[in-house]
Amino acid sequence: MQKYKTYAAGYLFLLPWLIGFFLLYLIPFVASFYLSFTNYDLLTAPKWAGLANFKTMFTDDYRLGGSIRVTFQYVFISLPLRLSFALGLAVLLNQGMRFLGLYRTIYYIPSLLGGSVAISVLWKQVFDKEGIFNQGLALLGINGPNWIADPRYAVYSLVGLSVWQFGAVMIIFLAGLKQIPHELYEAATVDGAGPVRKFARITMPLLTPVIFFNLTITLIQSFQTFTKAFIISGGTGGPINSTLLYSLYLYIKGFTFMEMGYASAMAWLLLVIVAAFTGLLFLSSRYWVYYSDGRD
Amino acid sequence: MTGYRQIKPFVFHIVVMGFGILMLYPVLWLVSSSLKPTTDIFTHQGLWPSQITMSHYADGWFGLRNIQFGRFFLNSLMLCLLAVIGTVLSSSMAAFSFARITFPLRNLFFALMLGTIMLPGHVTLIPQYILFHKIGWVDTYLPLIVPKFVGDAFFVFLIVQFIRGIPRELDESAKIDGCGWVTLYVRIIMPLSLPALMTAAIFTFMGTWDDFFGQLIYLSDIKKFTVPLGLRLFLDSSGSSNWGAVFAMSVLSIVPSLIIFFAGQRYFTQGIATTGLKG
Repeated sequence: MQKYKTYAAGYLFLLPWLIGFFLLYLIPFVASFYLSFTNYDLLTAPKWAGLANFKTMFTDDYRLGGSIRVTFQYVFISLPLRLSFALGLAVLLNQGMRFLGLYRTIYYIPSLLGGSVAISVLWKQVFDKEGIFNQGLALLGINGPNWIADPRYAVYSLVGLSVWQFGAVMIIFLAGLKQIPHELYEAATVDGAGPVRKFARITMPLLTPVIFFNLTITLIQSFQTFTKAFIISGGTGGPINSTLLYSLYLYIKGFTFMEMGYASAMAWLLLVIVAAFTGLLFLSSRYWVYYSDGRD
Repeated sequence: MTGYRQIKPFVFHIVVMGFGILMLYPVLWLVSSSLKPTTDIFTHQGLWPSQITMSHYADGWFGLRNIQFGRFFLNSLMLCLLAVIGTVLSSSMAAFSFARITFPLRNLFFALMLGTIMLPGHVTLIPQYILFHKIGWVDTYLPLIVPKFVGDAFFVFLIVQFIRGIPRELDESAKIDGCGWVTLYVRIIMPLSLPALMTAAIFTFMGTWDDFFGQLIYLSDIKKFTVPLGLRLFLDSSGSSNWGAVFAMSVLSIVPSLIIFFAGQRYFTQGIATTGLKG
């Protein structure tokens, strides 16, 4: 009897989440798979279309191809830069210097504000032909291009905005660095190891679980970037589709053209792409991620 | 050698501080530009305004016909407040259940919950929109509020991790004293989980404040617009003609996040370090 009371209590506390899980995740998940095989404009009933949406996606939609290329460019340029900056600054800040709290805050502020419309608006100015980024370059004697208006460079303004927000990743690295036992460094010093050797042989291996975590999270988030591309391009993904990130194109298809079936098919393609890269990361992790507790 | 030792921290601080100022420069430039006379914004480039004017703030605040920016702020604040209450309440209930109560299928549901964290939101987006459209919730705040009352997997996970660190002996002695599950949750586990709850509350506030995408697809009546939507509308309507006012409203729109951040900073860095949230 007591046992069943406990069960009931468990399910009662879980009830809101359970309702949400079924209504907002599980059923929509299945429904979206079904919708991807239909044409649906929200006003008339969905019409079964078989594989037509996927056929169009792979053979007929040049904007989609461009959008995937731009998204890959964005993700795979910003990801290594963002992680390197975060790791570099974290190692620098972890030297036991004073004012750590202050510096941590300064570097975190871009991450704090980065997702907002306000910062995207600002970024449009920063990367303008006459903007402060080009003024900075001019100090170095470089004549910068018109980043936002030139389709060859527009994606780099998005990359720049993403890299600028390395603070959140840096804080996770800092927490990871704090976990590394100090004795290891002392022992290495006794053995005559220099700072480079200590970084390569102690810091990096022991930090691989945190690197793995940051890689996975940043990868999944980057593939879903929306606001910056929307604001910087005025909702169009232009010039000439050069900032048409995948999420933005999905929004345009689903909510501007009301092609809900096609947008669902696009969502599933995104899921497959993200799952493939995450899967690769997980598979590769056994070769380079080191768990000091002996976990394989 | 001693000279080197004294100079090293100094060089370190110069480098770290210099790079930090470089990072903050765009934000500082934004604030400074919002205070400069229009003619100075793009010609007079120094950070320090030669002349300070508040006129852009007035222009921006009253810049849209029929509606003031204050309305957007009230709408956003109301939305954020309800989102915070909903998320903290429902996430902590689920977390308490996962962390402290044994019941059939618990591990399965826990795994499914972790799975939803990894799932890109786009996959459920369209059917969710269709559902809310069918029940007539589009262009109301309900699609932005009600889903917060079923919990957020990320915060459930965060709070579960935290509750697991609270000694179980407390549960046992509370039960001997005749406490039921509800009392245990309200009186013992929740007060002790305060840091985790605060982290969830802060992240939810800032996430909702900046949630441009959700607000964009669900809200269309300008009277219901939130700060991000208002800002975008203002950008489109005044565009390059009045950058000063656009900058002024941009500055105002980031103030609440900054206040929340500095007020809750103590919990905040802990929270990011444990969850790796919102980058």
